[in-house]
Amino acid sequence: MKELMLGNKAFARGLYEAGCSFVSSYPGTPSTEVTEEAVKYDEIYCEWAPNEKVAMEAAFGASLAGVRSYCGMKHVGLNVAADPLYTMSYTGVNGGIVICVADDAGMHSSQNEQDSRHHAIASKVPMLEPSDSAETLSFVKLAYDLSEEYDTPVIVKMCTRVAHSQSVVETSDRVVPARKTYEKNIPKNVMMPGNAIKRHPFVEERTEKLRKLAETASFNRVEWRDASCTGKHVGIITCSTTYQYVREAFGNTVSVCKLGMVNPLPVDLIKDFASKVDVVIVAEELDPIIENHCKALGINVTGKDVLPICGEFSQNLLKKLLSPIVTGQEFNDTDVNAVADEIPGRPPVMCAGCPHRGLFYTLSKNKCTVLGDIGCYTLGAVAPLSAMDMTLCMGASVSAIHGFNKAGGGENEGKTVAVIGDSTFMHSGMTGLANIAYNQSDSTVIILDNSITGMTGHQQNPTTGLNIKGDPAGKIDLEALCRSMGFERVRVVDPYDLKACDAAIKEELAVKAPSVIISRRPCALLKNVKHNPPLHVNRDKCVGCKSCMKIGCPAISMKDGKAHIDNTLCVGCGICEQLCPVGAFESCQKED
Amino acid sequence: MSTKNVMIVGVGGQGSLLASKLLGRLLLDAGYDVKVSEVHGMSQRGGSVVTYVRYGEHVYSPVIDKGEADVIVSFELLEAARWLPFLKKDGTVVTNIQQIDPMPVITGAKQYPEELVEKMKATGAKVDALDCLALAEEAGSSKAVNIVLMGRLSHYFDIPEEAWQKAMEAIVPAKFLEMNKKAFELGKNA
Repeated sequence: MKELMLGNKAFARGLYEAGCSFVSSYPGTPSTEVTEEAVKYDEIYCEWAPNEKVAMEAAFGASLAGVRSYCGMKHVGLNVAADPLYTMSYTGVNGGIVICVADDAGMHSSQNEQDSRHHAIASKVPMLEPSDSAETLSFVKLAYDLSEEYDTPVIVKMCTRVAHSQSVVETSDRVVPARKTYEKNIPKNVMMPGNAIKRHPFVEERTEKLRKLAETASFNRVEWRDASCTGKHVGIITCSTTYQYVREAFGNTVSVCKLGMVNPLPVDLIKDFASKVDVVIVAEELDPIIENHCKALGINVTGKDVLPICGEFSQNLLKKLLSPIVTGQEFNDTDVNAVADEIPGRPPVMCAGCPHRGLFYTLSKNKCTVLGDIGCYTLGAVAPLSAMDMTLCMGASVSAIHGFNKAGGGENEGKTVAVIGDSTFMHSGMTGLANIAYNQSDSTVIILDNSITGMTGHQQNPTTGLNIKGDPAGKIDLEALCRSMGFERVRVVDPYDLKACDAAIKEELAVKAPSVIISRRPCALLKNVKHNPPLHVNRDKCVGCKSCMKIGCPAISMKDGKAHIDNTLCVGCGICEQLCPVGAFESCQKED
Repeated sequence: MSTKNVMIVGVGGQGSLLASKLLGRLLLDAGYDVKVSEVHGMSQRGGSVVTYVRYGEHVYSPVIDKGEADVIVSFELLEAARWLPFLKKDGTVVTNIQQIDPMPVITGAKQYPEELVEKMKATGAKVDALDCLALAEEAGSSKAVNIVLMGRLSHYFDIPEEAWQKAMEAIVPAKFLEMNKKAFELGKNA
């Protein structure tokens, strides 16, 4: 059946059809929907793990037990899971293992723009890279076959434009391979030096075998230009979504070597292609990996000397930068329509009623140094709150505050906090907290517990008490956890209560002891959250002082010198009401 | 036929996902190759969002570049103006006249430009502007803005009304179907 399918959904369909039966992932844009779609198949066990390393190791365990398994993550998640990956390359698999890593060229929702192909090369794990949904589905099935035939985990690399684009796929039935038996095999599975030394040559031989496969397999293909074309013969070596941009920009006027496997790269296929064209261009987003491979083979190519390393490509970008080579003519941007006025930007903002707002307002008011973390609350850095000094990676707030305070002493300890969400804390904040408890800095860590993993679109985590299907599950008690690590000062505040937030922050910063504040209130977007009726402004009382504008609420604006509330957005959180010096905010009647 | 390009733009949370789902289904059923490219994650939090819908005999790129869109469907006026450079010189903007202030306007750092419909028309673009929020409320829910816009958009597609109805039946949950059909009609006849 033909269906329009999101790349990530096609990935999940591939898992289903290939007979995968174990999925463990940590959410991360743009990879999240693979797992969210996989859980809709009853035949596949799915879970959210606390982080990517745990997910990958769980998938390894399932493979060891004999089933086909999967773990998925975004590009930065693979850094967290790199430790098991590099040694799973040595052990190989029992049941096939497929790993999804989704890169985010253009940084639509990420803190960096790293190219995950480096991990595949460094860990010596094969990597496939589809260019649309149909290819995604078929590559996932191929990846399982390769995994079991070549005894290796296989990475299928997605990018934002493949993961979050819908294109047409044809589905087929699920075929579950016979479950492999588990057999104890110390030389293969216990990676201590004496065994690992013997596995390394196996890895090198495997890469050579895969390279040979890459020379002739159909996942790498050459599409020659239209026979009617004359003139300089341009050949473009490309992969992933860039293949689509190449075809869009130049149609059949160029020959294309389209690589579906980006590690290991073929040698003879590329040499042969290069020998049959007059000019070779390598078009790849981010780093010059195929380009450097070609150069090492002694092939003269055009690549990053013309095309950018930073950001996404598009058809116009290729037309503009490559037309002088391909057609010998400049491509000029078409004359476009535009209004003369400056169009104000529309950056993402914390939602109306976001529980993080009250807490960040209080931090801003107290002029705290705020070491931040990864999640919706990173938006605390945006004006007018501007209440963040650092954001690096998952968990770094809790680890960095310790170093910041140890180095700066009391001066830093008295005004610095770390802020980290509940899910991020479970992911990699706990180890940083252990360091504070162990090496004793008087650090104040604020856990923003909104009862969900927010930014990636509401996934459950170990603190929510629900599993991926929304069914009851184990629930980690944050207060008890922090106390058991040795924190004597653990307190909970409601971030809608500005006075309580202010008191808690002032007290914990003043005290000479490590402390944890749990700022607890569920995400305002959660379906089961009951909201108060919206507030409205009594224009007779409002004096236009703009105190309520300091919190950056998208529901509040100034109209004719007085505050105005958009009642389609307001959820009655009451933060503005607490800031108003004249009591101009009043509750609307509840509309039912 | 050459590939046709439709952009759906708006503010994160306005319901553009259902609109793109409807269009995707409609065009696939009409026998076209289709690609729909969306944005998820950080930029959905009240930010400017864009969805690309491309259809034709064979669609390669999932994205639409500057000067390529045949139609821009906008849920919000400022967003229509923001994405206008992506329209073909003689393309059409179908826009809701609703205005949602972005944070730089809320904080007073920037002004929301005035008379954007007239200014867009002055560039030579065809602009079809309507009050979708009022029409959606007339249909029974302020959330039906997306379907009002689809009703209006149907004027610019060479696809029979029955096909739109069929696509709606496939995409819209049954309990909201009648309301949405009304919203579609109101948008179409506005």
